[in-house]
Amino acid sequence: MAHATQDTAIRTGRAVRMLIYLVLILFALFYMLPLYVMLVNSVKPLEEITGGGMMNLPQLWTLEPWAKAWSSAQIGVEPTGLSPYFWNSIKMVVPAVAISTILGALNGYVLTKWRFRGDTILFGLMLFACFIPFQIVLIPMARMLGLMGLAGTTWGLVLVHVVYGIGFTTLYFRNYYAVFPTELVRAAQIDGAGFFQIFWRILLPSSGPIAVVSIIWQFTNIWNDFLFGASFAGADSQPMTVALNNLVQASHGVKEYNVHFAGAILAALPTLLVYIVAGRYFVRGLMAGSVKG
Amino acid sequence: MAQAANADFKTRLQTWLPKLVLSPSLAMVLIFVYGFIAFSVYLSFTDSRLLPSFGWIGWENYSKLWRLSHWETSITNMGIFALLYIGICTVLGLSLAIFLDQKIRAEGFIRTVYLYPMALSFIVTGTAWKWFLDPGIGLENVMQSWGWTSFEFDWIKNRDFAIYTVVLAAVWQTSGFVMAMFLAGLRGIDNEILKAAQMDGASNWNLYRRIIIPQLRPAFLSAFVILSHLAIKTFDLVIALTGGGPGRATELPATFMYSYTFSRNQMGIGAASATIMLMTIAAIMIPYLYAELREKK
Repeated sequence: MAHATQDTAIRTGRAVRMLIYLVLILFALFYMLPLYVMLVNSVKPLEEITGGGMMNLPQLWTLEPWAKAWSSAQIGVEPTGLSPYFWNSIKMVVPAVAISTILGALNGYVLTKWRFRGDTILFGLMLFACFIPFQIVLIPMARMLGLMGLAGTTWGLVLVHVVYGIGFTTLYFRNYYAVFPTELVRAAQIDGAGFFQIFWRILLPSSGPIAVVSIIWQFTNIWNDFLFGASFAGADSQPMTVALNNLVQASHGVKEYNVHFAGAILAALPTLLVYIVAGRYFVRGLMAGSVKG
Repeated sequence: MAQAANADFKTRLQTWLPKLVLSPSLAMVLIFVYGFIAFSVYLSFTDSRLLPSFGWIGWENYSKLWRLSHWETSITNMGIFALLYIGICTVLGLSLAIFLDQKIRAEGFIRTVYLYPMALSFIVTGTAWKWFLDPGIGLENVMQSWGWTSFEFDWIKNRDFAIYTVVLAAVWQTSGFVMAMFLAGLRGIDNEILKAAQMDGASNWNLYRRIIIPQLRPAFLSAFVILSHLAIKTFDLVIALTGGGPGRATELPATFMYSYTFSRNQMGIGAASATIMLMTIAAIMIPYLYAELREKK
């Protein structure tokens, strides 16, 4: 639907068009500004920043801040750099995204093709869970993780992210499967196909676009989470966001802004890459789900 | 006989299987969301401090909470922040969407630039803006080193203005996303009506004011719902950008709850503040979700 010909372009004079372009470019600069600041200052020596050269290109290019942010900067009490925390995040994100996406697909399948009395209410309950302020579950969750023996572990965080992520994954798959022809499912049923066979052979093969949406969404949210990481992670399960914050807020010693900027880019890199590489599939998948049948 | 029983079991399994598959997710949501909400709300009526305790004290936590100047600051900040954040994001998002909808060259590229902040963590956003706005090394220092020696910009260190830097960083992060929502809305409008109106000699201004913008109602509603719930949940951005300071100048309910519960050992009061946050979001979300789900039936 979103073709270039659908633009609601108005008839305007040359001056107005120039003005529109000017505004659009100015805002593009505004959105690029922090990225420019981070990039350019992560490859220059500290003196150039403190000397008033934050906006300048480096006079002396150096990758030292990147190396330091990755492997030797002081995080908390250990001079480990951000690398162990980067892997903590990976170890948490991969299972959490996989499990929540699989559960979302199954839930969406049941809620659209095996409807029963009250299913909309159940879905509503799951959906509202996406929007609660997580402060309301922090206290009991801390206790529950303790009771389950998962306090301070990566698996504890995986559990938390799965629980508070399935609302969204269910929403995506439900909307997508809602426009999938139910006749195909009924026909397969008459041919004697069972519940899982239908899911596996008929729905799953065409679920690519919405799986991409669900994976990107979950990956971004879980990678970027700070509240749960700060509340429930132990010393050896802290995710990247918490470590970056510890690095930047450290009150002792000289503030190494260039290292902070390099660290910030390292923390942003995975989600940024996903956005640049797969962003258009995200929009396309969402559109596919929103077309009403 | 055995075969018939087996077949019977199979059909019964088939009818129960869908509900069986749904039940783990449902159980998780019921326990970890609704059970936990009940528990937290209950705690807000108890004398819990460092650990949960079950001595019932009625509304005392709530009356204490509303007498705390710390909470008052958080609520005032929330009001300022939410109003400006929602307002600016909506106006900016709509304007940029309208501009971007005028057969712009390189539209795809500009859209990507406007939207990428949404992919970043608030901690990254906070770090970038924190140092850019820092008077010692950031904008102020840069301007002075460029020769404008009287230039001053210390909002982030100024109690009266620090909350506006939180607004700035939050708008930077989400306005592109709001733009995308409005752009999708604009692309969904029937071009025939517009052509007819243009034939009738409607001015551009009237075209937008009378015909196009009123048709964007659903986009306005979704933008409002998403922005208001993001505003109430704002936590990491403040932690990374200002740490709630200077002093308490940028505390929000989410940071208040966190510090009262986990560092000041006032769990009862923390739970009371979380309950108020939940009720506020529920008042916005429940009518919206109810309407959405009814429509789609």
